Amino acid sequence: MTVAAAVGFVESVRRGGIAVSLGSSRLFTEALAEIDLGNPDEVYWTARAVLVHRPEDIELFNGLFAAYWCGVDSGLVWRPPQEPSPVTLALDDPEIPADGPDEDDNRDKNDDSITVRYSTTETLTQKDFADYSDEELAESRRLMEEILFMGSCRRSRRRVPSRRARGALDIRRTVRQALRSAGEPAEIARAVPGSQQRRLVLLLDVSGSMEPYARALIGFVHASVASGARVEAFTLGTRLTRLTRELSQRDPDRALQAASRAVKDWSGGTRLGDGLGRFNDEWGCRGMARGATVVILSDGWDRGEPQEMEIQMQRLARVAHRVVWVNPLKASPGYEPLARAMAAALPFVDDFVEGHCLDSLHELARLVLGGSDGRSPERDLALSGVGSQR
Amino acid sequence: MADSNDPRSVSSVAQVSDALRENRYLPDDGLATAVYLALRLRRPLLLEGEPGVGKTEVARVLADWIGGPLLRIQCYEGIDVNQAVYEWDYARQLLYLRTAEATGAARAGEAEALTDELYDERFLVRRPLLEAIAHNSGPSPVLLIDEVDRADDEFEAFLLEVLADYSITIPEIGTFSAVDPPVVIVTSNRTRDVHDALKRRCLYHWVKHPEIAREIEIIKLHAPSVSERLAAQVASAAAAVRQVGLYKPPGVSETIDWARALDLLGAKELAVEQVEATFPTLLKYREDLERVQDHGLEALLAAARE
Repeated sequence: MTVAAAVGFVESVRRGGIAVSLGSSRLFTEALAEIDLGNPDEVYWTARAVLVHRPEDIELFNGLFAAYWCGVDSGLVWRPPQEPSPVTLALDDPEIPADGPDEDDNRDKNDDSITVRYSTTETLTQKDFADYSDEELAESRRLMEEILFMGSCRRSRRRVPSRRARGALDIRRTVRQALRSAGEPAEIARAVPGSQQRRLVLLLDVSGSMEPYARALIGFVHASVASGARVEAFTLGTRLTRLTRELSQRDPDRALQAASRAVKDWSGGTRLGDGLGRFNDEWGCRGMARGATVVILSDGWDRGEPQEMEIQMQRLARVAHRVVWVNPLKASPGYEPLARAMAAALPFVDDFVEGHCLDSLHELARLVLGGSDGRSPERDLALSGVGSQR
Repeated sequence: MADSNDPRSVSSVAQVSDALRENRYLPDDGLATAVYLALRLRRPLLLEGEPGVGKTEVARVLADWIGGPLLRIQCYEGIDVNQAVYEWDYARQLLYLRTAEATGAARAGEAEALTDELYDERFLVRRPLLEAIAHNSGPSPVLLIDEVDRADDEFEAFLLEVLADYSITIPEIGTFSAVDPPVVIVTSNRTRDVHDALKRRCLYHWVKHPEIAREIEIIKLHAPSVSERLAAQVASAAAAVRQVGLYKPPGVSETIDWARALDLLGAKELAVEQVEATFPTLLKYREDLERVQDHGLEALLAAARE
């Protein structure tokens, strides 16, 4: 194996869709000089340690490795190591049309409430997302950027100087100040606990029934992630997709393009319970949801078992600081949370709010930022009770 | 091993693998290669994986092998330079000031000299990161930066700076540069993504649960009194339990604990009563216990006994 071959391999890994920096590619050449090139396994593990930085890329990498080396160097026989098979969520029953639930909901288009129209903005703020034209959708993206959607504050471990005579002794600053007065600690500096923004985790349902809302809400999610606050974003459909990376670029068009490339199940079916389960397993319960405000944007239509929903919501509620459910259908007159998954989830939800128009998103942002300090007592009751029912 | 004191001179992956084994750690090929490269190329090694698969243990074992100190930084939100790198011993500084004053040394003209004395190395409290960089005699230290995903972005950026050129600057004293860069192990449970720049600086390995054969070996190594038969059954039962879809699949340390517990009860093979009595060492959530029961404990044990 030559340096040229190695460079060629890095090139094919890049083309295959794994980002490899110049530094890593140089490091790869350095690393190859250290190992036994006759041993395909060693070459494989070396390439992986240097070029792959995310477990999601391992499978793709294995394919690229096999294709490249076993093609160029016919003498090389190599098989990828055994990996645990990825969990795939079952697809929905094809007999039920993806947009089925929407037919049951007789959302009457509430136009009579907007009688006076001063300007486009004025109109847009209360207009239902589902009724947006493409121009209005584009306009709404700009307006969404103005919404300050970030987590509330909590006490942090880090202490900050206090101006008043309260808080614990800050000996570091006291000594610094003492130096100014030739070593006489004339002033006692004090410090009080600072504050830290809570992480905000957004889970957007992108199934067929949510489609008219999801296309607007994804813009909201983008604006929030790109604002630089501590925000994580995922989509839920037949699978779970993390979008934080894709959405963190500022330009909305490019971010949304990247997002639509990443989300493979846009407007598909829903497995809310399973999707939440994956979120809990892979991210949430490990720490991302711990102490965070979790916002689920979904209409609550789910083809999975409501029990699964109940179990997963319970797990989520146990680690999260606060769970907010945003349901665009809630705004329609006479709405009752009859969808089975929605009903199963509600006991674990602290705030159940609407999210069908710009005004309601402003309301949501205020609610999340303000951070009511108490959890809902109903939720605490549900958390202590339901476990024993299983 | 003749050159065991300078692991940087290892010449093959097999040698690393053997040395780790001698120090009671059984690596798979991937991990051994990653460690080998980290030693040879003097790069930090970033280990990610499920909790309990032995990420932290790698650092401990490396320190045993090398014979240098293990310097550990447990990351948490809000960790800052004062906890990770250095701090001045303010109480002693104050005391020194008072003494200087009492003996009349603190006259106005000498204030500057006094300041210099105060920021002398003897008043410096070295935290693990500085300790690792300023180390200058004996075997190289192993620096373990544990659960880096818990620290905040600012600390990560600072870490990147230190790991890029292995030097730390303290304004009052000057720059410490590592004579011999420490072996650095960084672990993450992936509660958030570690920054790309830090990942690029490091070699990367995703640590998995071991396959059954290796887990049997691990159990026997850490619980030598457990019979071959029981170890094999425990390992295959643990592997089966991991397939059930639990909230917290048992890690290697849990399997070892379970085998030890069974052994203490005098078990020679898996039997339902003893398993039920000892299951809490393996499964840490009530829901998980229930799920395994629902799944059919008898059948699972029968399969493991084969």
